[in-house]
Amino acid sequence: MRTRRRFLRGGTAALAALAVAGTTATVHQKEFDRATGKGEGGASRTGSTAGEPFDETYKGRHIQGWPTDHGHHGTGGGYRVLIDGTELHVMQNGDGTWVSLIDHYEVFATPRALARSAVDNLAGADLVPSPEHS
Amino acid sequence: MAVRKDQSTLTSTERRDFVDALLGVKRSGRYDDFVRTHNEFIMSDTDQGERVGHRSPSFLPWHRKFLLEFERELQRVVPSVTLPYWDWSRDRTPDSSLWGSDFLGGNGRSRDGQVMSGPFANLTGDWSIDTQVDTRPFLRRALGGGGRSLPTRADIEAVLSVETYDAPPWNSTSWSFRNLLEGWRGVNLHNRVHVWVGGHMATGASPNDPVFWLHHAFIDKLWADWQTRHPASRYLPDTPTVNVVDLDSTMRPWNDVTPRDMLDHTRFYTFDTEPSRVP
Repeated sequence: MRTRRRFLRGGTAALAALAVAGTTATVHQKEFDRATGKGEGGASRTGSTAGEPFDETYKGRHIQGWPTDHGHHGTGGGYRVLIDGTELHVMQNGDGTWVSLIDHYEVFATPRALARSAVDNLAGADLVPSPEHS
Repeated sequence: MAVRKDQSTLTSTERRDFVDALLGVKRSGRYDDFVRTHNEFIMSDTDQGERVGHRSPSFLPWHRKFLLEFERELQRVVPSVTLPYWDWSRDRTPDSSLWGSDFLGGNGRSRDGQVMSGPFANLTGDWSIDTQVDTRPFLRRALGGGGRSLPTRADIEAVLSVETYDAPPWNSTSWSFRNLLEGWRGVNLHNRVHVWVGGHMATGASPNDPVFWLHHAFIDKLWADWQTRHPASRYLPDTPTVNVVDLDSTMRPWNDVTPRDMLDHTRFYTFDTEPSRVP
């Protein structure tokens, strides 16, 4: 329990994310559908400079990524990546390459490459939702 | 005056004291405050926005202050302790005494990366990973994973030869001493070492691995070495610059310390390679 308490000190948003993980995944899926034009009224954003959307199973894990209009977790970045429905914090470098919280000192050409590397690193473990920060 | 020493020269007593101090700070709960702070800064420092701890000129003074604060916590447990540094250009294999079971412990096992030996192995009961990026509660490493190698002395010399501290756009795309040392450009020193250790050291929660402090103590020493080599060079920018900490602006999270306050490390400690000073 020590683990969970420490982690959750990060903020109520993280607490909510854990408490309603299923709901959060659903919201994420709707966002993905909208961003990639799958859902009703969604405009495809293919061709965005922020990176192409992707949705695949890699080594048994469901990885998804799509460009967003606004930054998340204060990154100012316009892209979200999910692994089995849990958000992986990602960031775009000034030269267009990418890093993630799992590989924060190594750059990747695309968010998909970054997501696959995170799956390799996780070796079957689950991501912990990132704490929100101000 | 505190002296920071090459980890390979520590006596067995100094090694034990350092480990005891780390375990004491962990037990007190304060260790994880440092992991959490680092993780928060690494997620919020962006090339396009406000940046303080990483990918910016204040990478070096920010980590110098961060290490000073941590060293004080260690000294609350064992007053004689100072941070040792790891010269990874010399101690460059998993066989190094750095990774001995009486010091930082060994490599992770191949199945799940779990460190199985030394004081920081989860099975000791003394070192659980409480500030996590994933659900695994044990310290992980993959030393030299993927056939990677650590930077050489020649790589260090190439970076130390760069005269300009930092340059616009003051981020991961800059061509400057700071960014070549940080590793986003050029031969790649600091970033490459994080990746070489692997496991937690490759993540935003890298201070979960105690080697974080020895790595950054050496990066900090390379800054001091660069200053000695280029006495006419100075911290840049020295005028107010958007999203970036200039010489006389304060740094978060402390808000009472500027890069200028951090320029002279001899106010706080010396290195074993320097003549000792009387305070």
